[in-house]
Amino acid sequence: MAEKKATTKKTETKKDTKKVAPVKDDVKKQAPAPAAKPKAAAAPAQVGSTIKQEPRIGVFVCHCGTNIAGSMDIPAVQEYASTLPGVEYVDNYQYMCSTPGQSKIDKAIHDHKLTGIVVAACSPRLHEPTFRTATKEGGLNPFRFEMANIREQNSWVHMHDREGSTDKAKDAVRIAVAKAKLLQDLYPKTVPVEKSAMVVGAGVAGMQAALDLAAAGIKTYLVEADTSIGGRMSQLDKTFPTLDCSQCILTPKMVDVGRDQNIELYTWSEIEAVEGYIGNFDVTIRKKARGVLTPKEAAARGIVGGGCNGCGDCDAVCPVVKPNDFEVGMKPRKAIYINHPQVVPLIYTIDFNSCIKCGLCVTACGSEKRAIDLESKDEFIKVKVGTAILATGYDIFPIEKKEEWGYKKYENVITSLEFERLICASGPTGGHLVRPSDGQTPKKVAFVLCAGSRDNTGTGKPYCSRFCCMYSLKHAHQIIEKIPGCVPYLFYMDIRSFGKMYEEFYYRIQDEGAKFIRGRVANILEDPKTKNLHVHADDTLLDRPIDLDVDLVVLAAAIQPKADTNRTRKLFGVSCSMDGWLLEAHPKLNPCGTTTAGVFLAGVCQAPKDIPDTVASAEGAASAASIPIHKGEVELEPYFASCIEERCAGCGMCVNLCPYSALSLVEKEGRKVMQVTEAKCKGCGTCGGFCPGGAIWMNHFTTPQIVAQIDAFLLGGEQ
Amino acid sequence: MSAPGNFAIPERGPGIWQPKIQGIVCNWCSYAGADLAGGGRIQYPPDIRIVRVMCTGRIDALFVLKAFADGADGVLVSGCHFGDCHYLEGNYKAAKRMFMVKRLMKSIGLDDRRFRMTFVSASEGAKWGAVVTDVVNVVRELGPSPITEFNK
Repeated sequence: MAEKKATTKKTETKKDTKKVAPVKDDVKKQAPAPAAKPKAAAAPAQVGSTIKQEPRIGVFVCHCGTNIAGSMDIPAVQEYASTLPGVEYVDNYQYMCSTPGQSKIDKAIHDHKLTGIVVAACSPRLHEPTFRTATKEGGLNPFRFEMANIREQNSWVHMHDREGSTDKAKDAVRIAVAKAKLLQDLYPKTVPVEKSAMVVGAGVAGMQAALDLAAAGIKTYLVEADTSIGGRMSQLDKTFPTLDCSQCILTPKMVDVGRDQNIELYTWSEIEAVEGYIGNFDVTIRKKARGVLTPKEAAARGIVGGGCNGCGDCDAVCPVVKPNDFEVGMKPRKAIYINHPQVVPLIYTIDFNSCIKCGLCVTACGSEKRAIDLESKDEFIKVKVGTAILATGYDIFPIEKKEEWGYKKYENVITSLEFERLICASGPTGGHLVRPSDGQTPKKVAFVLCAGSRDNTGTGKPYCSRFCCMYSLKHAHQIIEKIPGCVPYLFYMDIRSFGKMYEEFYYRIQDEGAKFIRGRVANILEDPKTKNLHVHADDTLLDRPIDLDVDLVVLAAAIQPKADTNRTRKLFGVSCSMDGWLLEAHPKLNPCGTTTAGVFLAGVCQAPKDIPDTVASAEGAASAASIPIHKGEVELEPYFASCIEERCAGCGMCVNLCPYSALSLVEKEGRKVMQVTEAKCKGCGTCGGFCPGGAIWMNHFTTPQIVAQIDAFLLGGEQ
Repeated sequence: MSAPGNFAIPERGPGIWQPKIQGIVCNWCSYAGADLAGGGRIQYPPDIRIVRVMCTGRIDALFVLKAFADGADGVLVSGCHFGDCHYLEGNYKAAKRMFMVKRLMKSIGLDDRRFRMTFVSASEGAKWGAVVTDVVNVVRELGPSPITEFNK
């Protein structure tokens, strides 16, 4: 406390002397600047008269408790800041982001007539908005604020180098002050938001998000790559820990989606192209050739009372037999098919990769419905939406890559998704769990948990897939319940039963007689005669090797992002983390947002989630996506490019560089100059980085500002 | 990290020369990656100073040359991985320009190992630490920039 007081006192004395002394120095420093940049006049109209004013910068150094103060000498940084030309006021505070910290900025702006603010604290990616608001409250334009990152990129990464981090912080403050002196008043552009949204993926996450948006009165386009909605959840039999029938709780939602007036459903469709920005995304949907007309489409072609009614007459006559992907290939389907009887929408689809165009289905469909069009082509539909939610979901990791477990080599080794279909009453065996090799009911079933998850060998996935423990417990319960005398053996590393009522469910399965063996399965070998399997593992609790003879092995395979995720995310400009899951704006405080304004994430595409978490994240994403729409307008950061016309030679190179077609050449006073369409410009600066004449002015990242920062670091040290 | 490089944190202290390294990084990937390195307390040498731009596409070749002219011992430009640019393709355009800078450096007799462009995503905090450490080690080996000598 005493030390702090002393520092403050020192600051005040400094401040007093500063007011007289270094002003001359400032003038000297500033004098050549205007000559070097005649563009100040040519720059956009927003450049206020204040630019000509002598810069008076306030510097605030944050301790962030001991996060920053623990690794560097804050008083030294503050004292150094006070010696910098143009710095009028310096201060420090425990937590600059706190209310007293922010009001220091407000007060200093008024008391010292500051023209720019520098806060040396955490990352601008975290608190820039906070301090911009504080700057605005002090009466300055919010863009007259610059942040020096002395936490994420200093105190936290040089924790044991007090001298090094103090020097680096001094430089960071000097660089920030150099930029702050050249900052200008900027005004965000307000654009209207289209009153519609898009949801990509119609699994339980996408459906929930679409239903919420629709219920909030927002027109929602729901795009699904498969022929029907429902996603992974519709393939499951029961859900843990309540043992609800998955289809029973999902189909009402599916029906609601199909019925909702505000939801426009596009199944068997993909996103082809995305243009625009928050509030105004222009999305092109590719509606893949389906070969079957919906009643609506039939009506549009003048076929009264026509279109597919799901009768299945075509299915009965189709001569082409293919494996049904919905049943994980364990049941046949025809070339014209539906996934399962409860599909929404109930419209058949022709698989044109296997259709032989014999025309039998056309005849079977008859002259009234005339639903089948064997010549149908992909259609492209353009829609305009304000916000978008990605809910692209997951695939099963190709577990045959873990060769030691023999999936696809031994018939009686199956994945958990195959188990779900086999135990499901609507599945290929009518709910009778059988061994694929001989159709017999198994009596001993081994479950291999963490199959490909928590795997640091490079073959599998390093992360926990999060719901395999719980569904394997559920599988154990199901076989105990359905097959008297059948014993499940669970080979586990840890049982992660983290959710509400999950641990209780784990105890229940233990009591029901499931056997738990703590050990990773080393390999599985098949007895060629009986097709039984030998599971080899180390029981790490009993500290002895195990060779267990079982009838069936179920691999709780890891999950990975859906195959098409990468293509879709790039269309929407969303990043991904190292394992391919889509990257949220902040892992804790903005898990549904992305770094692309107006694009949100729901469900497993962000990271593995069980159904409750998936639905919660979908509701969160829907709520976040509806905010800009209900507000009706959004502010775009004013980092636009503009042309300094007297320098522009009209070469047009920038026009070709711009990825958004925001630039064009126009005739002005008898010569060609570049012109920016601000609404299209996203402020990347690619044009400004190339312009051979230096004729492009990038707001907030101007060439003089960047050069001043470089000079401040490399030339300013000796001041 | 399997990539080649020297990832040992160099010693610091009185009498040991410390290079001045100018970093210019994009806001969306590498700056976020550097922030993540902070969150993860990944330790690396403090010889780099960062200028943040929205996209590496903003980086004029002259910024890099200005840094060298001002006496930087090394320059690191870092952006998103190809195909991951927040602005679609700014990093491709930046990379092209940076190749040009490297060629120019070679022809004026400035060791082009003093300049590097890397691709560090927002989820690669550890990679950021490794990249900076390696850049610092390489520049340390090369010694002070000859331009500093000219300027004297």
